[in-house]
Amino acid sequence: MGKLKTLADLKRIREETQAKLDLRIKGDSPEGLVQVKVAMATCGIASGARPIMDFFIDELDKRGIGAVVTQTGCMGYCYAEPTIEIQLPGKEPVVYGFVDRKRADEIIEKYIKNGELVEGIIPVNYEKID
Amino acid sequence: MRARLKMETIKLTIDNKQVEVEKGTTILNAARKMGIDIPTLCHMHLHDLNIENKPGGCRICVVEVHGRRNLSPACITKCDDGAVIRTHTPRVLNARRTVMEFILSDHPKDCLICPKSGHCDLQDMANRLGIREIPGQEIAEMSTYRKDTSPSIIRELDKCIMCRRCEMMCNEVQTVGALSAVNRGFMAVVAPAFEQNLEYSPCTYCGQCVAVCPTGALTEVDHTREVLRAIVDPTKTVVVQTAPAVRAALGEEFGMKPGTLVTGKLVAALKELGFDFVFDTDFAADLTIMEEGTELLTRVGKFLKGDKDANIPILTSCCPGWVNFFEHNFPDLKDVPSTAKSPQQMFGAIAKTYFADKINVRRQDMVVVSIMPCLAKKYESQRPEFAVDGNPDVDFSISTRELAHFIRQANIDFNNLPDMDFDRPLGESSGAGVIFGNTGGVIEAAVRTAYELHTGKKLSRLDFDELRGMEGVRQATIDFGGFPLNIGIAHGLGNARKLLDEVRAGRSKFHAIEVMACPGGCIGGGGQPLHHGDSSILKARAKAIYEEDKNKPIRVSHENPYIIQLYKEFLGEPNSEKAHHLLHTHYFDRKAKIIIKQ
Amino acid sequence: MHLLVCGGTGCRASESSLIVENLKRELEEKGLAGEVQVIMTGCFGFCEKGPVVKVMPDNTFYVQVKPEDAPVIVAGHVIKGRPVQRLLYVDPKSREHIADSKHMGFYRKQIRIALRNCGFINPENIDEYIARDGYAALGKCLSELKPSDVVDIVKKSGLRGRGGAGFPTGLKWEIASKNQADQKYVVCNADEGDPGAFMDRSVLEGDPHSVLEAMAICGYAIGASKGLIYIRAEYPLAIQRLKVAIGQAREYGLLGNNIFETDFSFDIEMRYGAGAFVCGEETALIHSMEGARGEPTNKPPFPAESGFMGKPSNVNNVETFASVPVIITKGWEWFSAIGTEKSKGTKVFALAGKINNVGLIEVPMGTTLREIIFEIGGGIKNGKKFKAVQTGGPSGGCLTEQHLDTPIDFDNLVAVGSMMGSGGMIVMDEDDCMVSIAKFFLEFTVEESCGKCAPCRIGNKRIHELLTHITKGNGTMADLDRLKNMCNVIKDTSLCGLGQTSPNPVLSTMANFMDEYVAHVTDKRCPAGSCRDLMKYSIILDKCVGCTACARGCPVNAITGERKGPHFIDQEKCIKCGACFEKCKFGAVLIN
Repeated sequence: MGKLKTLADLKRIREETQAKLDLRIKGDSPEGLVQVKVAMATCGIASGARPIMDFFIDELDKRGIGAVVTQTGCMGYCYAEPTIEIQLPGKEPVVYGFVDRKRADEIIEKYIKNGELVEGIIPVNYEKID
Repeated sequence: MRARLKMETIKLTIDNKQVEVEKGTTILNAARKMGIDIPTLCHMHLHDLNIENKPGGCRICVVEVHGRRNLSPACITKCDDGAVIRTHTPRVLNARRTVMEFILSDHPKDCLICPKSGHCDLQDMANRLGIREIPGQEIAEMSTYRKDTSPSIIRELDKCIMCRRCEMMCNEVQTVGALSAVNRGFMAVVAPAFEQNLEYSPCTYCGQCVAVCPTGALTEVDHTREVLRAIVDPTKTVVVQTAPAVRAALGEEFGMKPGTLVTGKLVAALKELGFDFVFDTDFAADLTIMEEGTELLTRVGKFLKGDKDANIPILTSCCPGWVNFFEHNFPDLKDVPSTAKSPQQMFGAIAKTYFADKINVRRQDMVVVSIMPCLAKKYESQRPEFAVDGNPDVDFSISTRELAHFIRQANIDFNNLPDMDFDRPLGESSGAGVIFGNTGGVIEAAVRTAYELHTGKKLSRLDFDELRGMEGVRQATIDFGGFPLNIGIAHGLGNARKLLDEVRAGRSKFHAIEVMACPGGCIGGGGQPLHHGDSSILKARAKAIYEEDKNKPIRVSHENPYIIQLYKEFLGEPNSEKAHHLLHTHYFDRKAKIIIKQ
Repeated sequence: MHLLVCGGTGCRASESSLIVENLKRELEEKGLAGEVQVIMTGCFGFCEKGPVVKVMPDNTFYVQVKPEDAPVIVAGHVIKGRPVQRLLYVDPKSREHIADSKHMGFYRKQIRIALRNCGFINPENIDEYIARDGYAALGKCLSELKPSDVVDIVKKSGLRGRGGAGFPTGLKWEIASKNQADQKYVVCNADEGDPGAFMDRSVLEGDPHSVLEAMAICGYAIGASKGLIYIRAEYPLAIQRLKVAIGQAREYGLLGNNIFETDFSFDIEMRYGAGAFVCGEETALIHSMEGARGEPTNKPPFPAESGFMGKPSNVNNVETFASVPVIITKGWEWFSAIGTEKSKGTKVFALAGKINNVGLIEVPMGTTLREIIFEIGGGIKNGKKFKAVQTGGPSGGCLTEQHLDTPIDFDNLVAVGSMMGSGGMIVMDEDDCMVSIAKFFLEFTVEESCGKCAPCRIGNKRIHELLTHITKGNGTMADLDRLKNMCNVIKDTSLCGLGQTSPNPVLSTMANFMDEYVAHVTDKRCPAGSCRDLMKYSIILDKCVGCTACARGCPVNAITGERKGPHFIDQEKCIKCGACFEKCKFGAVLIN
């Protein structure tokens, strides 16, 4: 990397690196973002949670949605894996079961983008510790 | 514009009185102008030499400046326009007294046997501030240090009050760099690097540190006891020589006005003390001129012929502090100074050969004592090359101050002594020998003789005012029968360094350079009565020296009849083989001597 | 996923480098090295609970992590997404595990300006600093603002020097900018020396570029092309990070000639100090940089007039500089909205002493001592009673219960007899003897005095001796009087800030705890029971069973008594070592 000659050079580095720091920046202040938690326990992984998580990471980015995708442990709905929890800013989290690519796409388009509930919601029956 | 700015004045109030001073004036100077004496301890100002010590460390001079939260040190705080200052409020008095108690709580109370007793600034201040006890002394730890005795100087740092005057002299004025503050906090003290002994430092023994030390922390090595023993010993013939600068200052020790010449009383006192022969170093100064002047003419002659080995400029070599300085700092130039010994050593060499033969006394039965304004002379007399089979040419060198002590010890009423003459043959001197005591004097004496020998003409005037003065570095050009001889003069080693740097770089335009280690020359030597920061004393001494020269019947060295006789009877020609053997020396590279040793 | 591991000196001392190594190896073995990054950051501040590892974007904050915990973190959290419960912070009150640092008492009240990037970015990567709007402030200055505008913004922000005295930074810059000279210098004072304070070190270790950028901004504002960082050689990590940062900034042309192709050139050099406390005083610092003895000279002249090499120099402290870039990018209005009327923004404090959450915190000016000590600091250790807090390091004063609700800012602290200093806060509990505390601080100043002026060199030593005398039970009421006078004179006459403030611990403890001093001299009693020489050991005859354990344990044979009979302590012989107290199983040895 050579000298930065203009402010535009500086801006370019800023933007490039910000993308790399995305995880940290979003993780630091997730309140204004869509939070997607993918259950990644043995049950989830066995049912294909990893490709679903990758799908969310890639697609949310492609579709320009500010979101933070994290993994979480078993939510207890092993019968319905892969399960994901979505929390829209300022709203209560919603858990979806049996999430495959098709449903994931639907969740992004309908729920995340427009707030329309999609089929497959699992009623929440636990409380979070934090 | 600049000149006008310089004249800008401000008005302020000190102790309820208005005063107008130049902008930039310190509170201390403004107060002094009004006759208000703010006590100071670490501060020292030699106005004419442009030497000032003002670390603001002792905090004795603190005063109240309206609007400032803390007290301000008067010696370094500049007056602000409209300032209201009070110098002796109860708050100030309490602070001064408490600080003085702090200082005294860490100072030995052995004034009884302290060499500075009676001349000690700290003692005076304790008196002035009315200190009678040190509260808490019984639980107060004192900082103690190893006593360091060098050939010339004793350091007893238990008595150091960190005024930093010695450090300033050693570093800023002399650029010797032997002394600086070391350690921190309570154990802070001024010492050579790594708290080495002075002997292992680049110290030149110029003694300027001793000259300014307000307490007994730095003093000369006292040799009066040895001298007394020699006088008492019936098998010894004790010969004494006195340097020119001594006669212009000794009177101060006995309450006389600075600048009072006491040559005759000095001789009388020395006789009274029991010296067998009382001679004059000025005689040896005349001899130095014969040797050094001849060397100068030889070298200049070679130079004029285009000889590349002419070794120009020639540097004077009569000041031992200066010799030490170039041996430490400019060993690469050790062939440049004249090889002529100093007058003290020439005297010793002649006394223990020519004169000893004359009075039929064996060398080992003769003791040569010198009275010098100088502490480096002590070291010089102990140099091994100035001894024959371990018997030194000069046995003891004592300072003007030590002599004064000696005279008082002997209960001699100095002020009422009759004037007496020096003994012959080594007591006769010309006016040229006398002016060795002032900066510029050696070169003036050399010019008088060299000119007449070179041109064969008599000088119409003998006072070379262009070579005199107190400027640190001076220069003059003297017409030597069509050849303009460029002369440089430096006093104070810092100034000498400037000229030496030029010589080293090959840029020097001078043919001859005189260097004196001490500011003012020998009259300001490290062994002289303490000036306590009053530079008018130095000026008065210088004036007295020129006075003595003027009153002498003979004023050029080569006309001194006893010098002529010495060459005729003993030495032959100036710079003859015998003269070389007895009166010349060589120099050493002492850089390697600066070693770290535990 | 990013695993952030604290790389501050404290956590590194607890082997955080090994944690990084182990995490990397684990990830490598599990084939996750490509997906999961391990980054060593600067200090998170919660040093009490270090080493800290933070998992992002999950925002999980692990505390007191050991190198051998790496496999659990990787297997449990990274692979299975299950936070490792036992490494989570446990709230001392609710006993709940807390994963998100924002919900911890320690972080809840903090606002991080100077520490904004510490624990977030990799300090050895300039790109990450740039990603956090780094060097945008410098860019803005060079492209949009005149030097005088920059001075103006800093002035209006109300930023005051974080190094001690709280001199308005903008005003300092303005004075330096107005002094004409062929060369001026920007000097960063990184000679942090208060015992227990490490905010400057943490900034330099965690976010070195923020200081470099601010120095360049200052250079632009005052017309200086050279910067110098004076840092103590005992900060090797900070030095290394600075060196890396300076190298990177030069490579990017953010330091050097014609920055962003403008006429402005600025470069920075480092100067190392030997760790003398007095070199934090700006004139002493400058002399030290010049190669002279590190000791102060009288002011005026101030460095802004005649500083390094006699040239106008602007000296600011690390934390002050670190606050500057954000002020430029976010505006003075934003900054001055935080804090109190005369002290704007935030201040970093180093919490130490008898407090639960030892560490580094940054709070808005005006936060009360109570909030800092009891909410952020988690209260006093071992459920003891709060007694006093020393603010401002060895030059500050001890504040008590009655000052707990004082909003902290420069002026309020001075008003109650202490000072902000560089932000050290040492908390004391009921077991601390205030005379001994004063003695402890004096020991430090005696050690750190440069020795130049008499009151500081000798006076502090005398104060220390007298305090020792008092704690041994040898003092008198007259001594207390003398003590006070010595303190006042030292303050009034010392040459520099060190001596002018060194008696503060004595004066403030005398003001707030005079009864303790009096108890020492009149009753020969230490109310806190900490002065050994004033303790008296005796045996409660009713409780003594005559087991002889105490007599056998006494190193000076001061205890006599028959087996199964009562024992006695000869007070003349007793050296108060406490051995009998330790040996007695029946609680028969009484200390008072």
